[in-house]
Amino acid sequence: MPVNAPAPKPGSTDPSVIRNFCIIAHIDHGKSTLADRMLQQTGVVEERAMRAQYLDRMDIERERGITIKSQAVRLPYAAPDGQNYVLNMIDTPGHVDFTYEVSRSLAACEGAILLVDAAQGIEAQTLANLYLALENDLTIIPVLNKIDLPAAQPEKYAAELAHIIGCSPDDVLLVSAKTGLGVDALLEKIVATIPAPVGNADAPARAMIFDSVYDTYRGVVTYVRVVDGHLSSRERIEMMSTGAVHELLEVGVISPEPIPGTGLGVGEVGYLITGVKDVRQSRVGDTVTSERSGAKDALGGYQDPKPMVFSGLYPIDGSDYPELRDALDKLKLNDAALVYEPETSLALGFGFRCGFLGLLHMEIVRERLEREANLDLISTAPNVIYRVVSDDGSEIVVTNPSEFPTQKVARIFEPIVKSTIILPSEFVGTVMELCQQRRGTLLGMDYLSEERVEMRYTLPLAEIVFDFFDALKSRTRGYASLDYELTGEQEADLVKVDILLHGDPVDAFSAIVHRDKAMSYGTMMTSKLKELIPRQQFEVPIQAAIGSRVITRETIRAIRKDVLAKCYGGDISRKRKLLEKQKEGKKRMKMVGRVEVPQEAFVAALSTTEPPKK
Amino acid sequence: MHVPFCASRCGYCDFNTYTATELGDSVRRDTFHEVLADEIRFAREALGDQARPVSTVFVGGGTPTLLGASALVSVLDAIRVEFGLDPSAEVTTEANPDSVDAGTLAALREGGFTRVSLGMQSSAPSVLRILDRTHTPGASVAAARQAREVGFDHVNLDLIYGTPGETDDDLRRSLDDVLAAGVDHVSAYSLIVEDGTPLARRVQRGEMAAPDDDVMADRYVIVDDTLSAAGMSWYEVSNWSRPGGECRHNLGYWHGEDWWGIGPGAHSHVAGERWWNVKHPRTYAERLSSGVTPEEDREVLDDDAVRTETVMLGVRLAEGMPVGELVVDPDLVSSGLLDAGALESGRIVLTRSGRLLADAVVRRLLI
Repeated sequence: MPVNAPAPKPGSTDPSVIRNFCIIAHIDHGKSTLADRMLQQTGVVEERAMRAQYLDRMDIERERGITIKSQAVRLPYAAPDGQNYVLNMIDTPGHVDFTYEVSRSLAACEGAILLVDAAQGIEAQTLANLYLALENDLTIIPVLNKIDLPAAQPEKYAAELAHIIGCSPDDVLLVSAKTGLGVDALLEKIVATIPAPVGNADAPARAMIFDSVYDTYRGVVTYVRVVDGHLSSRERIEMMSTGAVHELLEVGVISPEPIPGTGLGVGEVGYLITGVKDVRQSRVGDTVTSERSGAKDALGGYQDPKPMVFSGLYPIDGSDYPELRDALDKLKLNDAALVYEPETSLALGFGFRCGFLGLLHMEIVRERLEREANLDLISTAPNVIYRVVSDDGSEIVVTNPSEFPTQKVARIFEPIVKSTIILPSEFVGTVMELCQQRRGTLLGMDYLSEERVEMRYTLPLAEIVFDFFDALKSRTRGYASLDYELTGEQEADLVKVDILLHGDPVDAFSAIVHRDKAMSYGTMMTSKLKELIPRQQFEVPIQAAIGSRVITRETIRAIRKDVLAKCYGGDISRKRKLLEKQKEGKKRMKMVGRVEVPQEAFVAALSTTEPPKK
Repeated sequence: MHVPFCASRCGYCDFNTYTATELGDSVRRDTFHEVLADEIRFAREALGDQARPVSTVFVGGGTPTLLGASALVSVLDAIRVEFGLDPSAEVTTEANPDSVDAGTLAALREGGFTRVSLGMQSSAPSVLRILDRTHTPGASVAAARQAREVGFDHVNLDLIYGTPGETDDDLRRSLDDVLAAGVDHVSAYSLIVEDGTPLARRVQRGEMAAPDDDVMADRYVIVDDTLSAAGMSWYEVSNWSRPGGECRHNLGYWHGEDWWGIGPGAHSHVAGERWWNVKHPRTYAERLSSGVTPEEDREVLDDDAVRTETVMLGVRLAEGMPVGELVVDPDLVSSGLLDAGALESGRIVLTRSGRLLADAVVRRLLI
């Protein structure tokens, strides 16, 4: 390594030596490993201090191999040309629900590494994020990773990448993040091809928030990219979307531990601490400026996080309700997109109606609640958000089947998404069939190579939310990948299907579905429940109904025998103990009208997997 | 008194019983009656002042008759010596049709036994085969007749209904045979697939259908109709008799009376406590021979447990039980599970559909 001058200091770095980039990759394609290797090869982290996947902090992320929260690391890089550079590596969330966060991370960069597994080729989500990066005019560096794997097919996938981004296959770098092979060349390529940031150092400060994380000890840590001007420690800053003013307690960079400094200048990436305790006060996409002689115009692109998927979350043990409330309150500090309000269900008791960005967001929230607060939860079937316009023109937003109007409505609108599906060409027929069943409209189709096809569909979000991904995976033996983004709404013929037990509706099972799907939803639920609910002393009809019209019906026949044949000497203790156990079990029974339903039946009926036989 | 021996194991049975092969040399069957007599003497000593003349004896198993008549009589003699026997005492032994003949029966009667209970189970050879019963269909009926001939006024035949493969007609034929044998008592049990039995494994492996509860209910109705028409009446959920033929010993269980259970694994209930003996005959014999109680564990019944037992046992009887402080959901009457007239006069008595749902009724009375 050549001897260089000292690394540029944060706050006074010439923008011309800064390179801001992110890594676009699919889960498991090695993004974290590559990031680790770059930390190591730039000397930011010593080898022995290396913790695998240094940048992914949370346990859940580590286990799922996905990155939920992005972070930015400043890598001083002494290039072979003798020049000291500053590479800011901005980690991007890797899932469809976080498209907006991804877009803000991309907006903080001038370039992106398109990282693709050399044994698997590009996946839909990566492709979607690539398009997003191209829309942001980012310089793309195509990289094939894992070229050390025996199954790697670098030539084939280099051709695929070249086809997609319109470059030569020779421009695709071959890397093994695991062994470090090709990483030096990549670092050089970053310096050589990614443009340096451009901004007006003399203009009022404008910095874009691309991430915001709650830390128990520090409060909210806000990650920004300075576009114009300069942010200095101890000044007062303003959040331009709300006008809120905060004291800037600390400003610094992550390298890879936080290093407080005096400020951040044009093109620099770093963090701010203001002492606020809730990420809602420091929103992704917002523009930070100085309170005194601040900027007049915010940077574009800010959006409020908008929950699109809703579900009821209930503690299995009703007495855990206060714990659930506390856990949600705590989680909210670190999750600007999570919304919730108390809800009462006849079947499930006290819980919360929660709004999420999407399915993965929902799963992550639920998992964190269960893990971090040690709660056992049950969730109702998720539904999307609907806009209902009545005859007189008044409008309501429905996030819960219980709010669905019972009287006739003029028009109902549902959210739709533009989806990208990448799949082996042999499955095109079966996937088209699936998308048609799910009310999809084909937008276009491209062959990425002879064997791989990219299909684009418009689909109702509700269909995606209802096990579309599982259906897609099972029809393509796991080879298809999916990405989607919200594009608006469409009018649809939607109805609410209620499930009635012995004439009483069970709120937790109501669903808003397309009229054509009402029967199949009704049949699925009634037959599931018939298996799950124990026979009662009377016949119990289970019906699915739209309004007062019953569309399908099952019957649980009355139980006729419930008696132990023998009860002599030794049977007596055994029988009494059984009764005592049943007494305990009775506490876990919920009454729906006169029908006794075990809690487990609700849990099983609401789970998407096959119910066990009773 | 529990005699833990059988010539062979029946696939449905989960009782504490052992074949000669299973026991090997560790336990001597020919002297086992002496071990039982040891516990009788132990019981007498343990009860001290509380000991009372015995009003009922029930020797069950296993297969008590495998011990032979003289051994059984000698055990009864031990009871006579230690406790005294009421002049009107009911003394029952279970008997396997395979292991009794007229001579054995006569010797038992002679020795003071007053009642014989025979495990007939079914008249259908196919059903007996599935149950692993080794006797022929006619043997039980013949044995019952012999018992009557040698002077037993009280003879019971046990039936099992609802065995996979059994038809309604199989059951009707079994009932006809029972009635033709002239017995004064019938116990009829729905087949229970007990965990851990060979039968349970066969059902689990799918070799055999699990008994169906609706079929069981239909069969119960057949049993009850047929026996009632022949002049017998139910006095407990699974028991029917002619007037005066009720088994007083079993009524004792359901009335919550005191008894001492003699033998391996036997349960006792005395003065608000229940205890049970070690199960293996060898351990049991070793304990007694070294003068140690064969008790394995015990429980003291608190008020709540007594209340639960009183209801769950009392409800099973035709005489029912007093309402007392129980809160009776009127729905139990309107849905036809409890007898409305009896309730008006302060008693809880099951209707026939109530008998079939007795456990559910008990839960609703208690919970």
